[in-house]
Amino acid sequence: MKRIIAKEEYCMGCGLCEVYCTVQHSKSKDIIKAYNRENPRPLSRVKLEVHKPVSFAIQCRHCEDAPCVTACLSGAMQKDEETGLVTHDPEKCVGCWTCIMVCPYGAIKMDASGKVVSKCDLCLELEVPACVANCPNGALVYKEVKP
Amino acid sequence: MPKYVIVGASAAGIGAVEAIREVDPVGTITVISEEPCPQYSRPMISDLVSGKANFEKMMCREDEFWEKNDVQALTGRTALSLNLADKYVALDKGDRVNFEKLLIATGGKPFVPKIEGADKEGVYTFTTLSDAESLAAKIETAKSAVVVGGGLIGVSVTEALVKRGLKVTMVELKDTILSLILDPTASEMVGNVISNEGVTIITGQSVQRVVGKPEADDVVGGVVLTNGEQVQCDLVIIAIGVIPRMELVSGTDVKTNRGIIVDRFMRTSVSDVYASGDVAEAYDFVFGENRLLPLWPLAQLEGKVAGYNMAGKKADYPGGTAMSALKYFEIPIISVGITNPREDDAYEILVKHEPERNLYKKIVLKDNVIVGMTLVNDIEQAGVLFHLMKNGVTVKKFKQELLSEDFCLATVPRSLRRKVYPGEYR
Repeated sequence: MKRIIAKEEYCMGCGLCEVYCTVQHSKSKDIIKAYNRENPRPLSRVKLEVHKPVSFAIQCRHCEDAPCVTACLSGAMQKDEETGLVTHDPEKCVGCWTCIMVCPYGAIKMDASGKVVSKCDLCLELEVPACVANCPNGALVYKEVKP
Repeated sequence: MPKYVIVGASAAGIGAVEAIREVDPVGTITVISEEPCPQYSRPMISDLVSGKANFEKMMCREDEFWEKNDVQALTGRTALSLNLADKYVALDKGDRVNFEKLLIATGGKPFVPKIEGADKEGVYTFTTLSDAESLAAKIETAKSAVVVGGGLIGVSVTEALVKRGLKVTMVELKDTILSLILDPTASEMVGNVISNEGVTIITGQSVQRVVGKPEADDVVGGVVLTNGEQVQCDLVIIAIGVIPRMELVSGTDVKTNRGIIVDRFMRTSVSDVYASGDVAEAYDFVFGENRLLPLWPLAQLEGKVAGYNMAGKKADYPGGTAMSALKYFEIPIISVGITNPREDDAYEILVKHEPERNLYKKIVLKDNVIVGMTLVNDIEQAGVLFHLMKNGVTVKKFKQELLSEDFCLATVPRSLRRKVYPGEYR
C-alpha cells in the first residue's frame, strides 16, 4: 500500500502542502474561491510543523494498529481491511475528541465547524495526493511501504 | 462446542470479536448479551437524549457486524452462572453454553446509594440504551430534573437535559464537579459554562430523600438534600458512577479485588478465562498497578488484547490510565493521568492559564516524565503529549515548550522521535 512519507531534510516550510490540501478539500476545488468565498474556509488536513530549523508536513499516518480506531466512541473511525486506510465518516462522528487524545502524531484536527474531526484521506480520487503533487522540493513522497 | 464465548457485547466484547477474527477466521464465537438490540455506543446515550443522535448513529459497528464476523449472538439473554470445572456458562431458560476460552466483559452497573424514596416513578439511572429511552420518553412532560452526581455521567446527562429545555440542578458530594479528572481550576471553568446554561450546581451535598408530588406521592416531586434544603423536580437521575458487574464470578476461583483482576494478557486467575472492560481491574501505566478504569477506549483495547490472546496470538496490554476527552457545551477538554497531584516535591507542575481566552493547560511531571495533563480549549496536540507520556519519555530538554501553542511533533528532538516513533524513521 502507498503512503505519504515526509523527508524533513528537504522541507523548506513553504506551506504549499497546506494550501493545496485546502483546495483539494474545498467545494469549488479553486484556490481563489476556496480561500475567498467558502465560509467556513475548508481546513487543510496536512499540517506543516515548524520548530526551527526543523520543519516537515504531517498528516494521518494510517497506522497499522491505529489507536484512533480502537478509541473511537461512535465507529466513525475505521480501518479499511483491503486498503489499510484509516477512514473517517463525518456523518457518524460526534466530535467527542477521543481520537485527538490518542493520535500519537497530533494528526487529527477539529474541523472548521468544531463539531467533527477531520484528517487526511490520502486524496483517493487523485493518483497522487495533492500535498505530494504540489510539494516543490520533493519533501513529500508517495510510495509503496511494507505494512 | 463454541470455541470462544464472550459475555457482554459492548466495547470489550466488540474489540474481542474483531481481534479473534483477525487471527482465527473459523473458530466458533458465541456472544451472550442482555441487551436486546445490536451493538451500540454506550457513551452516546446522552446524545440520544439530547436529540443529537438517533439509534442508527449510535451503532458503533455496521448492522451486520455479528453476521459478518460469523458470531452466534445470543441477545436478550442473561448469563446466570459459570461452571469453570466443566467449562460452561449457564443461561436463563436453563440453557448452557460450553466454552474453550471465555471472556467476561459484563461491564459495570450504576452505583445507586440507599436513598429513601428512590423507588418513586421518575427516578432513573443512566447507563444503558433503555435507561436513555425511558428518560427521553419522559422529557416532553417534565420541566425540571435533579442529577445526583457531578462526574462524567452526571455532567453528560445534565447537558442533554438542558439541551432539551429542562431546568437542571446538579448535586455533587465533593467540593467540585468532575473532581476525579479535573483540578479545581479546570472544574471551575466547566462549572461556569454549565451554570451559564442555567444549571444550578450544588456541591458538598447529597440527596438524602426523594419526595413525592403533593397530588401523587409515588411520583417524584422533589428531593431533600443532606442540609435539609428541598429542591423541586419532576425527574431524578442517579449518575454517581458504575461498579463492576462481578456476579458471574462470585463463588468461583476467579480472583477479584474491586474488579476482576487481570494480568497484562487480560487473563484472570483461572486458565482460559479472560476479563476486559469496566468489569476488569487492569494495568494503569501511570500508577504502575491495576486499577478500575471504566472508560470506553480502554475497554475496547482490553477486549482486543483478550481476543488476540484467546485466539493464540500473544499480545500484551500496554496499560491505560484515566483519560477523558470532553465536549461539554462545546468546550473541548482533554484530561489524562494525574491532573491534581497532592502538594509534593515529587511533582513538577507546568501551567498556562489565560482566563480571558478560556485557555488552561497544565502538565504534571515526575522526574521529567509526563504523568498527567489537562488541556482546555487547545487540545489538538494532546496525542503527542500522550504518546510521550505512555512511552515514559524524559522531556527535560524541551519541557519549557510543552505548553506552547506551537508545540507539536516537530518540537520533539529528532533523536527522540526516532526512538518513540520507530515506524516513521526506518
